[in-house]
Amino acid sequence: MSGLPGYTGAARRVLERAGASVGDYVELVTSDGRVFRGILMPRYALSQKPIVVLKLDNGYNVGVRVDEHAQVVVLKTREAVLREAAAGAPAPVPLLEEQPRREGLPRVSVLGTGGTIASKVEYETGAVKPAFSSEEILEAVPEVGFIAEIKARVVMNILSENMRPRYWERIVEEVAREIEGGAEGVVVAHGTDTMAYTAAALAFALRGLPVPVALVGAQRSSDRPSSDAAFNLLAAVLYAARYEGAEVAVVMHGETGDTYALAHRGTRVRKMHTSRRDAFQSINDRPLARIYPFERRIEPLQEPLRRRGAEELRVENGFEEKVALVKYYPGMDAEVIDFLVDRGYKGIVLEGTGLGHVGEWLVDSIKRAVDSDVVVVMTSQTLFGRVNMNVYNTGRKLLAAGVVPAEDMLPETAYVKLSWLLARYEPREARRLIRVNLAGEIGERHTLDLYPRWPL
Amino acid sequence: MMERRADPSSVDPRELGLRVGLEIHQQLATRRKLFCSCPAELSGEGEPSDVFVRQLRPTRSELGEVDIAALFEWRKGRMYRYHAPRMHSCLVEADEEPPHEMNREAVVIALAMARAFNSMVVDEIYVMRKIVIDGSNTSGFQRTAIVALGGAVKLPSGKTLGIQSIAVEEDAARKLGEEGRFTDYLLDRLGIPLIEISTAPDIESPEEAYEAALTIGQMLRLTGRVKRGLGTIRQDLNVSIKGGAKIEIKGVQRLDLLPKIVLYEALRQKRLLEIRDELRRRGVSREDVVSNASIVDVSDVFKETKSKIIRRSLQRGGRVLAVRLYGFAGLLGVEVQPGRRFGTELADYARFWGGVGGIFHSDELPGYGITAEELEQVYKALKANPERDAVVLVADEERKARKALEAVVERAAMALEGVPKETRAANEDGTTRFMRPQPGSARMYPETDIPPLEVTEDMLAEAEKLKPPHPMEKMEELRRRYGLSDDLARQLLRSPYLPLFETLAEELAGKLSASYIASVFTNILRSLQREGVPVERLGEEQLEAVLRKAAEGAVGKDAVPELLAYLAKNPGASVEEAIEKLGLRRVDTADVERLVEEAVEKLRQEILARGQRALSKVMGAVMPKLRGRVDGRLVAEIARRKIEEVLRQASGAPERAS
Repeated sequence: MSGLPGYTGAARRVLERAGASVGDYVELVTSDGRVFRGILMPRYALSQKPIVVLKLDNGYNVGVRVDEHAQVVVLKTREAVLREAAAGAPAPVPLLEEQPRREGLPRVSVLGTGGTIASKVEYETGAVKPAFSSEEILEAVPEVGFIAEIKARVVMNILSENMRPRYWERIVEEVAREIEGGAEGVVVAHGTDTMAYTAAALAFALRGLPVPVALVGAQRSSDRPSSDAAFNLLAAVLYAARYEGAEVAVVMHGETGDTYALAHRGTRVRKMHTSRRDAFQSINDRPLARIYPFERRIEPLQEPLRRRGAEELRVENGFEEKVALVKYYPGMDAEVIDFLVDRGYKGIVLEGTGLGHVGEWLVDSIKRAVDSDVVVVMTSQTLFGRVNMNVYNTGRKLLAAGVVPAEDMLPETAYVKLSWLLARYEPREARRLIRVNLAGEIGERHTLDLYPRWPL
Repeated sequence: MMERRADPSSVDPRELGLRVGLEIHQQLATRRKLFCSCPAELSGEGEPSDVFVRQLRPTRSELGEVDIAALFEWRKGRMYRYHAPRMHSCLVEADEEPPHEMNREAVVIALAMARAFNSMVVDEIYVMRKIVIDGSNTSGFQRTAIVALGGAVKLPSGKTLGIQSIAVEEDAARKLGEEGRFTDYLLDRLGIPLIEISTAPDIESPEEAYEAALTIGQMLRLTGRVKRGLGTIRQDLNVSIKGGAKIEIKGVQRLDLLPKIVLYEALRQKRLLEIRDELRRRGVSREDVVSNASIVDVSDVFKETKSKIIRRSLQRGGRVLAVRLYGFAGLLGVEVQPGRRFGTELADYARFWGGVGGIFHSDELPGYGITAEELEQVYKALKANPERDAVVLVADEERKARKALEAVVERAAMALEGVPKETRAANEDGTTRFMRPQPGSARMYPETDIPPLEVTEDMLAEAEKLKPPHPMEKMEELRRRYGLSDDLARQLLRSPYLPLFETLAEELAGKLSASYIASVFTNILRSLQREGVPVERLGEEQLEAVLRKAAEGAVGKDAVPELLAYLAKNPGASVEEAIEKLGLRRVDTADVERLVEEAVEKLRQEILARGQRALSKVMGAVMPKLRGRVDGRLVAEIARRKIEEVLRQASGAPERAS
């Protein structure tokens, strides 16, 4: 990084006059006579105040207000600063003393899509740089080398919230390529916000999946000692290398402590907390397995859909982007539905109330949608439980209007599934397949234990 | 040959070129923690809490540097078990939620200190992450922010001591203990705001270090916005002498220990330099030490050993390894601090790098069950010369023992250069022990979860109101306003109860004298403490309640120490209860009159013989029955009157008609 990122106005003018750029070691004298020395930092703050940020010799950053009369002198250039720092650094110490044996371990591919599972911090700026070569992963989390022969590469660099269906298609392709190339398991590092959507997309598109695929991320960035990245990665690599089934799963912390991770079926998992390590939960289903990374142990919790190597991979890629996921609320107006229909949407997943309802004033618009060949699917905003539209009158009216009840499917999964179905089937067939269990997204039996409760 | 004992009285710190800098950490009395809305106080007993276990991974800087102490702990599989009390910690302390914005209240208190030191306040405060991987921070770093730079404080001696920086930071979790590979921490203290004041290394004597810490501590208390009591203030020191090294000493809680620690560290550095000079005199070089230090397995020598430690280790499949320290004969037994020998320093390294329990060295052998013959065979196995060389033994798993001895050799080689750079921890007796090698420069990264905080005019105006006076000014005020003696004023300034004193001295004026109230907070508490009363358990409310009772006349002043002792020993008891239990319920004047009359009657002959001089006899008879329940002066007054009556009757003087 160089130049003066983030600086505007008086601060920028003062710095430009001195020929200073970020990373230089400078002396700053303010117009009221205060003197500061330190490395010029980029300014990330959103405010436009004329403030210069310096990293002092003691490592602290401070912000100093300047005006046109402030004086800045560059004492050392960024190049000189970095040269000195490198000269003073001791020889690197590896995290582990033992080296893993290379032969005979399962081959696992790790694909990066933009999470920061492994990253390095630049001391001078504090910037976090992703590090994702096989070597870098083995340097940061050397334990994985004892579990699998790791091949890692970055396939894209997308913030989780910027993920789109067309990127799912790319990830499907890349995972398929690894499997066809002989990978015995695949790990996809992914930002956590939309990880569950991507997991569902992979689960539908990778038909006949012969090896396990784990999506993994971190709720605490990997530049901090308390990061969950290494723990999760270790668990994900264990899942990819050794799990008996061949399913797409989200592998993340199972509880707040570092004891076990859970592998959640990709079509049944949901991020249920903004910040906790154990944010991911299986809904209406048990997790596939509990994974103890330190003990290198996998404890299955239910039967996988498919065993390893039981089938051949058939990739059915492609997602329709003209599909909407709409949450119903008491003030919702019918024009929301009308808008989607008029704009050529091909599918609408409704997140209705309770057993699968919306205000009866929407029924006409929904009927119009169905009549226009838009597939309308009903899920519930309660998340837990199954929709049943036969119990109340409104439900029956909605059924009559042509709404397809999506059983116990998560709204997000129903959205991904509809998007995938509409990319390859006529509306009629899509309506039928929504209710057919294709990737573990639908369960026929719910037992009493499938619901979290407060401990007594 | 060197003198074996290390004698602190032989050290003149100024002659050695002693330089000391202080880092004072003081908890602030804010309502909430620094980065969340939990109350900034410790949890009570029996509070419901959650428990979770975590690991911390050493992070690597872009230059490949890893914190070596953290790396060792991690390799050993160190796990941290956190206890999270629900009233005093939340997801922020559990590292399960990003920190909230920085507590302005804490920043304002720090700004007040900055004003008092005339420091340069920064315009925008940036929170940094200082990597700390001993588990005491769930995040693996301490959040810390510089608020001001520079400034100075005047010491009572007249010397001006430079201030380097004033920072606000979060306190760490409380360590509960260790159990195997688990270390237990309690999360209530984590996140309580601290102020960190760093002085320049301008301090030149142990006494000056004390004076500086005392003065800065007093100023902190004079803001009225810092916590009081044990563990709320901690000092770190850096100490060096000419030719020595800047040694960091962590976590000194007791102020009175400070001069001793400084003196002992100066002594240690002096002694290490003397050891270096002795080695040079013997013509020993680093090369001699390192190249003559092959590690030899001497387990066979100890097949029949009487040493329990060695026997146990061998039974568990361990080995006994030995190494020669060329040219070190006699030097391992040399003290570097009272009770700590150079061999102890080597043992610290063996423990840290090898994870072993300790070492045996030739200057303490034969001993510990190891015989002279065994020692001789070890010398033989190592081809060492007992006249010239020292030997060191470790009995443990072979891998650990080897690492331990490698570290011992490395440390011995460092002796040829003098004082190695270390971070040390203070012991109770004023000596210090090796904690870890000093990390390079402090590795700090921006806390990207917290936006920078602009220092506003409003904050500076609030700070101005909290700005403490200099302790010397305050002392003058105490003397002038309350008529305290120099001595009482000085003691009160050191007392955490100064603000309470001021409140009560104002409110109870006319009922209790300010000097008396001051003496309760100083002399009386101190003498109770000397008697073994746990006075630290007394809360301000209790002290206040007792003094109010005395002011109302509900108990006599002489009952105050007894009441305080009772309340300290019986946590939770009320003052009323204490008065009742101790039988200190005040008697009324009629009862006193009656008791005095009885005594006077009994002592009639004595009174007739000695007149008013019999007063002490009367008092002696009455007071044991009344102590604490009535003011002695009242008793004396009544007794004097009754005696007068007796004398008057005897002399036949007519009573005045009433």
